[in-house]
Amino acid sequence: MNKLLFGRYIPQESFVHRMDPRAKLVLSFLYVIIIFFANNWWIYALMAIVALLSIWASKIKPKLFVEGVMPLIWIIVFTMVIQIFFGTGGQMYWHWGIFSITSLGILNAAYIFVRFTLIILISTLLTLSTSPIQLSDAIESLLRPLTKLHFPVYEVALMLSIALRFVPTLMDETETIMNAQRARGVDFGTGNLFTRIKKIIPILIPLFVSAFNRAEDLATAMEARGYQGGNGRTKYRLLKWGIRDSIATLVYLLMAVIVLAIRFL
Amino acid sequence: MAITFKEVSYIYQPDTPFEFQALQKITTQIKDESFTALIGHTGSGKSTFLQHLDALLKPTSGTVLIGDTAITHETSNKHLRLLRKRVGIVFQFPEKQLFADTVEKDIAFGPENFGSSPEQAAQIARQMLKLVKLPEDILNRSPFELSGGQMRRVAIAGVLALQPEVLVLDEPTAGLDPKGRQEMMHLFAELQKREHLTIVLVTHQMEDVANYADQVIVMEHGKIVKEGTPRYVFADVKWLRDKQLDVPASTEFAFEMQKRGFLFDQLPLTEAELADDIADMFKARGKRNE
Repeated sequence: MNKLLFGRYIPQESFVHRMDPRAKLVLSFLYVIIIFFANNWWIYALMAIVALLSIWASKIKPKLFVEGVMPLIWIIVFTMVIQIFFGTGGQMYWHWGIFSITSLGILNAAYIFVRFTLIILISTLLTLSTSPIQLSDAIESLLRPLTKLHFPVYEVALMLSIALRFVPTLMDETETIMNAQRARGVDFGTGNLFTRIKKIIPILIPLFVSAFNRAEDLATAMEARGYQGGNGRTKYRLLKWGIRDSIATLVYLLMAVIVLAIRFL
Repeated sequence: MAITFKEVSYIYQPDTPFEFQALQKITTQIKDESFTALIGHTGSGKSTFLQHLDALLKPTSGTVLIGDTAITHETSNKHLRLLRKRVGIVFQFPEKQLFADTVEKDIAFGPENFGSSPEQAAQIARQMLKLVKLPEDILNRSPFELSGGQMRRVAIAGVLALQPEVLVLDEPTAGLDPKGRQEMMHLFAELQKREHLTIVLVTHQMEDVANYADQVIVMEHGKIVKEGTPRYVFADVKWLRDKQLDVPASTEFAFEMQKRGFLFDQLPLTEAELADDIADMFKARGKRNE
């Protein structure tokens, strides 16, 4: 659990860290969408350069990104294998039953590898350089137009930021409860599927009970501090669009335009 | 059962940016049938130290000897379970670990995990309930209906039900009222004498240390910075304050008296000792005046 780097935030001072979270979120989405238009190596090269440039600007150690990709490597390999064996078209190298290896299949597998890697790199960059609270602020701000459609944007954002705030607390608590039950003789690593599921009950029930208690305490504390819902509240953390965000947006838009031009012209 | 630490270090999340060394080459021994108090500022590594006593954590380097079982980095988890019957841990706010639908089942959970038959376990549960001074009629109630203090007792009964040789207590009286605190500490002291337990207590209540412990370990930044009898550790009031630790109220009072010219052979630890010392001073003064 502790090894997993994906979704963690590393505080630092850098160009990317100081960007507006809204910009980072939107540009990451743009990147992921654009990469699905990529169909030749020039486009991939361009997009890889943009990704590496962004990583460089974040000042986060490249080693961390490699570790970010590693847990997902089997999914990538699995997809590639499927592509290689079931791909059709181009020159045929090998054939047996429904399996065949073709030049186009291999090419597609290579594309998929690059695509996956770049998407993971960019999303890892987003989560490593943006704190969860900034992300939830950004989502709230971006969803704001939906209030016109009576979508409860404020409530969703509040739930999101409370949920994010309590993820580490709940993880700590899970660990403490697990330790307490291990000390009482529960051995989590052994047994068949059924006994293993049974062993989860002594963790799950205390965790739920404490979550209920915590929710009640939190609600009481919020009311006591004058919380009455979303209307008429001011914000402490204001999002500000700066020169960095304009520069980054320009770079990404330029990339998008070039990719689409190569693809469709 | 004695527990010995030899050059024990522990690192959380090694090789990541979140790497943190919680214990640094700790060497010490918790003697058989001793009452050891572990004190230190928040984040000094006390909890990490505790989890090594029950092999819930294995040292990154060094060896922990629990009884005569050596735990190192390479020890496999298979052999640890039986060890855990011999060491019981009461974690901070242990009421959080309650889960069963009745108090009886929750207390019996531990013994059953270690192979007691359901009848045996139920019998143990009944005994333990009496031990922690709860009425027997709550056996069939849900632990979640109880008051906070009662839940704490049920949770502690659940650990005592393992009938451990070493009892590790992580702030067992945190959040209890003064009476509950006193009763609880009394219970542990009594148990220790009767069952010949080895007790390790983590606490911020220096009165409890002075009253019950015969050995004190002071930790700071993952190291042991002082160990010895309570009298030895509490002798240097200034040093303890530097470490953001307290001394018992009686010692503090005597320390302030000393600043105003009263002389103590050694600083008293408990109210009784303080009262004795002051009474002696009055006697001496009376003699001089005669």
